[in-house]
Amino acid sequence: MTSLYAIPAFSLRFYPIWRRNFLVWKKLLVASVLGNIADPLITLIAFGYGLGSMLKEVDGIPYIHYLASGSICMSVMMASSFEALYSAYSRMSVQRTWDALMNAPLALDDIVLAELLWSATKSLFSGAAILCVMFTLGIGLHVQVLLVLPVLFFAGMTFAALGLIMNALARGYDFFTYYFTLILTPMVFLSGVYYPVAQLPSWLQLISQFLPLSAAVNLVRPLVLGGWPQTPLMDLAILAVYCCGGFYVAMIFTRRRF
Amino acid sequence: MAETTETSILSVRNLHKAFGAGAERAAIINDLSFSLRRGECYGLLGPNGAGKTTTLRLCLGLSTPDSGEILLNGQGIPDQARIARMRVGVVPQADNLDPDFTVQENLLVFARYFGIADAVTRSRIPELLEFANLTAKKDARIGELSGGMKRRLTLARALVNDPDLLFMDEPTTGLDPQARHMIWERLKSLLARGKTILLTTHFMDEAERLCDRLAVIDHGKMISEGSPQSLIAQHIESEVLEVYGESARSWAEQHGHGNASRVEYSGETVFCYTNDVRPLLASLQHAQGLRYLHRPANLEDLFLKLTGREMRD
Repeated sequence: MTSLYAIPAFSLRFYPIWRRNFLVWKKLLVASVLGNIADPLITLIAFGYGLGSMLKEVDGIPYIHYLASGSICMSVMMASSFEALYSAYSRMSVQRTWDALMNAPLALDDIVLAELLWSATKSLFSGAAILCVMFTLGIGLHVQVLLVLPVLFFAGMTFAALGLIMNALARGYDFFTYYFTLILTPMVFLSGVYYPVAQLPSWLQLISQFLPLSAAVNLVRPLVLGGWPQTPLMDLAILAVYCCGGFYVAMIFTRRRF
Repeated sequence: MAETTETSILSVRNLHKAFGAGAERAAIINDLSFSLRRGECYGLLGPNGAGKTTTLRLCLGLSTPDSGEILLNGQGIPDQARIARMRVGVVPQADNLDPDFTVQENLLVFARYFGIADAVTRSRIPELLEFANLTAKKDARIGELSGGMKRRLTLARALVNDPDLLFMDEPTTGLDPQARHMIWERLKSLLARGKTILLTTHFMDEAERLCDRLAVIDHGKMISEGSPQSLIAQHIESEVLEVYGESARSWAEQHGHGNASRVEYSGETVFCYTNDVRPLLASLQHAQGLRYLHRPANLEDLFLKLTGREMRD
């Protein structure tokens, strides 16, 4: 058994665990995709056309384009977080799937890595579905929008890593409400999803610069609108720090739990 | 005394494990040592909180001991636990089957964790289903299965990698008699094939039927070890007289103590332990309103003597 603070061991052993989650998802495919895109889609259309009819343009862009490009990041964040919290907790503590995996020649590191990559995969599926709907609304019809997919996957990994910290500390599902209401929801309003960060007071703008969702929006929005991100290395670095740091901390807390 | 690894498939020496911090730190495993020979069925018996499940977890490398040595298939645990688990099968106390998959899919998905190719697993599934008597249910969802079927599937799943050693934590708890008997038959056939089983159980008849040797554990210490028959012969009287009835207690106070080496009370039942039951039977002929059962001593009597009749939390 590795010591509490050892660097997580990366191996391909995560793959059969990831595959297991994928097979479960395939069985519930329609409901899952529908659930993941219905809410953001309704919000997008309601706010996009509703507010959009009053706002016309934000930063020189039609509001619905502005909103869609931020909203897809928010959806990926929510989908990935949900999977790394509620679903991972169900597998860990309710169904005891993790116990079954630990009885096989798998390490806890493999299990947590598989959860991270699976949450990112699932959020990518929902992001891709939202992207398709955006295309039908005439948004994002540029070649470089394809780069959005790997960025969304990376953002999914980042939020999964943070979510897995909460999972390691949870004693029940109710615990996750704190995370969604006190961390994720405020983050949405500070990251330029619905309106430009410049609208915020300067102290909040400062906080916004260090948020992972802002970094994701700063990478995705320009690509969707047909341009290029202005500070890609900085944004990718911010995501990387949250992702790697988050995964390491999640491993420590998970090891403590087992 | 540790046996050589050629004959021991599992050896545990001077194991210590404590939980809790500061003043509340309590030893769950206290200098425990035992070895399993290949092909035997070894039982761990003990009251709640004795440390049986903790012992299994330590042997599987799921928990790290404070001190002591564990060798599983010649590999040091917990350092090489993950690799050692390639040749091990586990039937846990609580089922952890995949509820979203069918019976067959559960076997297929689990085999992948061992790196076994799908083609190989698919060729073995019919045999595993036959073993578990679940061939007719191969496409059934887990939710459709009864408790006994789920346990049989868990057993089949534990065999998917053809392990040498099986860990079974209370394998028949919660099952009806038919299901229990079926599991026992299956376990005996596995032992006949040369597999080794480490079993924890509360059921004395299960331990007596299946185990070649067993260890009675309490407060993390081994109190006694040996074959069921030798333990009974060594520790307790050979015969038991159970006496029931309202006047059982008063009869026992008058006649029981003089004629039996040990007398115990449990509610309205009196247990008389003795090597010669004739004086007691003689006195019972004249007693009114008493019923009695005369039987040989069994493991439950041994267990109650060694660990007491008080409830454990």
